[in-house]
Amino acid sequence: MIVTTEKLTKRYGSRAVVDAVDLNVREGEVYGFLGPNGAGKTTTLRMLLGLIRPSGGSATVLGHPPGSPKGLHQVGSLIEGPGFYPYLSGRDNLRVHARRRGARDVEVEAVLQQVDLTGAAAAKFRSYSLGMKQRLGVAAALLGQPKLLILDEPTNGLDPAGMADMRDLVRALAEQGQTVLLSSHLLGEVEEICDRVGVITNGRLVAESTVAELRGDTVLLVRADPIEKAALVVDDSVVVDGALHVQAAEEYAPVIVRKLVEADVEVREVRPLRRTLEEVFFEMTAKNDLGAVS
Amino acid sequence: MGSYRAELLRLFKWPATWVLIGVWLVMTLTFGYVFNYVAFKSGDEAENGRSGAQLLAQMMPEMSAEAVLRGLPMFGGAIVIVLAALAVGSGYGWGTWKTTLTAGPRRLSAMGGTLAALASIVLLLVAATFVADFGASVLVATLEDQSWSFPSIGHLAEGLGASVLIAGMWAAMGVVLGVLTRGPALAVGLGLLWAVVVENLLRGVGALLGPVEDLTKVLPGGAAGNLAGAFGATGAPGVLTELSGTTASLLVAGYLSVFAVIACWTTMRRDLV
Repeated sequence: MIVTTEKLTKRYGSRAVVDAVDLNVREGEVYGFLGPNGAGKTTTLRMLLGLIRPSGGSATVLGHPPGSPKGLHQVGSLIEGPGFYPYLSGRDNLRVHARRRGARDVEVEAVLQQVDLTGAAAAKFRSYSLGMKQRLGVAAALLGQPKLLILDEPTNGLDPAGMADMRDLVRALAEQGQTVLLSSHLLGEVEEICDRVGVITNGRLVAESTVAELRGDTVLLVRADPIEKAALVVDDSVVVDGALHVQAAEEYAPVIVRKLVEADVEVREVRPLRRTLEEVFFEMTAKNDLGAVS
Repeated sequence: MGSYRAELLRLFKWPATWVLIGVWLVMTLTFGYVFNYVAFKSGDEAENGRSGAQLLAQMMPEMSAEAVLRGLPMFGGAIVIVLAALAVGSGYGWGTWKTTLTAGPRRLSAMGGTLAALASIVLLLVAATFVADFGASVLVATLEDQSWSFPSIGHLAEGLGASVLIAGMWAAMGVVLGVLTRGPALAVGLGLLWAVVVENLLRGVGALLGPVEDLTKVLPGGAAGNLAGAFGATGAPGVLTELSGTTASLLVAGYLSVFAVIACWTTMRRDLV
């Protein structure tokens, strides 16, 4: 495991902002830390980086306690937007950061190229667009060839084109085998680029699994005529809004079609009916909200 | 070492560093030489109770170390506080402390690097002041056709040491204020208030209340003023002659150490939210 937490908790007074979170990030995966604004994502990531101290529980990052220099030297991060000197150019900001990380100046040019900022590297940070600032933040995170990237809402505030660029960048990093822990409140983003997902709401981790697992069992939607006869032929099926919902994986579709045809039922449509991550997410957060109320 | 090199790079490229050093050099030359020279030339021998001969003697190269020290207990200190408070406090607003502390160095190393880099800037400021004051004094001596000699190395070293100690103490106070207030505005405001207003007001009250007068001697500005006074840099606001040079030096060094320890301890212990 690259990151593990056990009952990680942060309290401010009597309020638990992060409540007994058990998180596991595996090597080489893009882990999506999903939750609405104020759910506790950034606080958790700050604890993993040693910026704030947990009130309870424990965590290890690359086998080291959070905030230990040995661990931090192997982690690149972008937390709540990039923090750079506005009067310095992008290149000089990276040179300053490289000195702190013990990276060589030659790496600065490499990461600038990686995030496509070489052309604007001489411009002052204060003149950068939000997208450029975010990309510089990712460039800084990449300095020193970290084993783990922690990116907190990297597409926050970006326009659609900037968001697409950032996703492409994360995807490219993932293809190179980079482990990425990425927080987001954007379901589409997580669905698109993450291998596994942890869902946090009200400070509690309510689920952790692959996107496919989170969506639940596959349901096949079958439109057939007569529908009542079809329901009798196919096991584990119910009629919903004039169509048949069959609890079965996608590879059983040919078997079901054959059964229906042999029973003289006219098949018009067969397709997988998956819940979107959005539906799953709202279901989980609603359950958790109800739990919190009760 | 990486933290020190990083801080030095960004402080050297920070326009505010050079603007404040420039402002200080203009101030020290204006108040240390230009006004005194004008007063000397106008023949107003009652300026600050000093005769024309005394005024001219103060502006000679042999006295350039005293000229540097004369301005540091109050106005120079205020400039250095502003520089340090801005350098450290701004990092909270810009988010650069977050970037620094997640880059890998220990928190103590990160703050140590900041303090060391600011110490280098303070050294540069003091050295530049020596050069500027020495240049101005040579100019005055040449204009007035006065014979002059270089100050002795020992005297210069003592003056440099005392100046660095005073400026370093004010810089450390600026750092502490920046760390505690987590922003530049309040840190600068509080620093200026202390260096320019509070200690002067207390000295005013001290004229009426003995214990307060005793207290003002050992406050940061009082200790710095006494160190400058012990060196013979008299005749400027904030300069006092009530403590020995050794006592004043120990007090200033003590304040510097306490401020540095508070800054490091707070940085190490506090959450960065």
